[in-house]
Amino acid sequence: MGDTSHILDVQELTVSFDGFRALNGLTLGIERGELRCIIGPNGAGKTTMMDVITGKTRPESGTVTFASKVDLLELDEPEIAQAGIGRKFQKPTVFEQLTVRENLELALAGNKSFLITLLARMTTAQEDKLYDVLETIGLMEQHNDLGSVLSHGQKQWLEIGMLLMQEPKLLLVDEPVAGMTPQESAHTAELLQSLAGEHSVVVVEHDMDFIRSIAKRVTVLHEGRVLAEGDMDQVQNDPRVIEVYLGV
Amino acid sequence: MTTRRRYTLWVSARRDPGTRWFLGGLVLIGVAVPVLNLAVPASSPFHVSSYGLTLIGKYLCYALLALAVDLIWGYCGILSLGHAAFFALGGYAMGMYLMREIGPRGVYGNPILPDFMVFLNWKKLPWFWYGFNHFGFALLMMLLAPGLLGLAFGWFAFRSRVTGVYLSIITQALTYALMLAFFRNDTGFGGNNGFTDFKDILGFDLRSDGVHDVLVVISAVVLGVSYLVCRKIVASRAGRVIQAIRDSETRTRFLGYRVESFKLWVFVFSTVLAGIAGALYVPQIGIINPSEFSPINSIEVVIWVAVGGRGTLYGAVAGAFLVNYAKTLFTTSFPDAWYYALGALFVLVTLLLPRGIIGLIPNRARTREADPSSSREGVGIKDGRYQPHS
Repeated sequence: MGDTSHILDVQELTVSFDGFRALNGLTLGIERGELRCIIGPNGAGKTTMMDVITGKTRPESGTVTFASKVDLLELDEPEIAQAGIGRKFQKPTVFEQLTVRENLELALAGNKSFLITLLARMTTAQEDKLYDVLETIGLMEQHNDLGSVLSHGQKQWLEIGMLLMQEPKLLLVDEPVAGMTPQESAHTAELLQSLAGEHSVVVVEHDMDFIRSIAKRVTVLHEGRVLAEGDMDQVQNDPRVIEVYLGV
Repeated sequence: MTTRRRYTLWVSARRDPGTRWFLGGLVLIGVAVPVLNLAVPASSPFHVSSYGLTLIGKYLCYALLALAVDLIWGYCGILSLGHAAFFALGGYAMGMYLMREIGPRGVYGNPILPDFMVFLNWKKLPWFWYGFNHFGFALLMMLLAPGLLGLAFGWFAFRSRVTGVYLSIITQALTYALMLAFFRNDTGFGGNNGFTDFKDILGFDLRSDGVHDVLVVISAVVLGVSYLVCRKIVASRAGRVIQAIRDSETRTRFLGYRVESFKLWVFVFSTVLAGIAGALYVPQIGIINPSEFSPINSIEVVIWVAVGGRGTLYGAVAGAFLVNYAKTLFTTSFPDAWYYALGALFVLVTLLLPRGIIGLIPNRARTREADPSSSREGVGIKDGRYQPHS
């Protein structure tokens, strides 16, 4: 099943909502350790693709294969998360009534059944991991603050930190710099780049400057399928992409 | 390592003022009430009458029911408007034991059949009454009857991802359906009269104050232990998952947690607590009938919790005591106006005190759960810096 160098293989994926084809025979492969950016106009199917991969939406047809052996369409959301796929949402969704530390603790990889978590304690290794992540995302001072009091940018980082705690093989990151200041964006770009290699990262973003600063390979989606793929310059000079984006 | 405190550990009452006050209050009730009832002469203004004893016992049972509701509503966001059903089931299980315990002392003197069965011309004890003459079996049923119903109900509801107001409506339907079933004579639980005229429990005369004193003490102890278990659950990592589910169910799923399974565990635990509350209630009040299942009862419980302050556990207990004390006062002076007063109270609390009466107490005096700015146990901060291994 699929190319073994690929962490994720999407084949001929089709999803319709009330007759509207959100995905229309989408085929896409993500290599291990790759940092891939996906762009496309509104309604191109970016978020729907994420929803299918993470088990939120069921497709009409097509296959999604993870790590060349796991059929993701057979699994539900918790199983997919346990298999090693983490997701950061477009709107930052941290747990507002829990502290930064507790948010990170919940994301920690491991057995997530009720009885195990009822008796779970942080091991020294886990405390160290948590400490490292707090440092990486720059929220050390805020570790004891509730999620609700964080700024927008801090929430975004906390969510990325939660992904780090989860130790996923594949990270799906939806619009990580929406609403961020240029400095915050730059910090996020560094963060995502440091993640690639050990993890495979798929970033959906609108901000072209940001994509230019991080991406080696860019996929353009349009009307539920891949319109173009290549490095940033190739893609930006592709006449079909220009037409879709500028409507010429 | 050994000196390292982790915040997942048992939250000791010493470090938690809310729990300290709560447990202190319970000990006071458990000691003072029997003393004031037995040792102080009836002529003294400090004497606790048999009536007062029953009232305090009733409040303690209601407080346990409120605790059960707060655990699932305040922490997991499951608004059950049918928890009185589980309370009533526990109560009926206890009632069945107490009916069998009457034996030949009933009006008709039948050693096996309770009076209502003789009256209905039943010749044989229905199969589901077997075993209730043994207290141990009845005790098991007090836990199992509400627990299994909770398990079946929760399994279907949470698996189908029924949430929010839809779940609340189904819980109302559940308790209403049970009420109708228990009103029927054919169901075999005494129809609209329910069970009453209990004589004794484990051979102790239920008409003596001493036995009621012991029941009050047992209720206080059970409430205290249940509180500590709930506290331990919410302070555990599972407790934080439950709160995460309350904040965002979808997000919790994407972190790899099986949301419906967490909900089911706490829900079933909560229904068992409600059942225990009902089982303690019946011998103290001396009657159980289908009106205990009425939908309004479950809604009242939610109001106690809201008035006290949800998501704190002790707030629920405080709310149960305060609202029921107010109800006792009100219904003796203006019996018809109570539900208007209760409704007004609910509206006012929702508008003016979203965190309930507990929310009036300054943050510093409360536990860390209710206070975002205070430091969590086990997270060592030295000189404002995070110390992972202090």
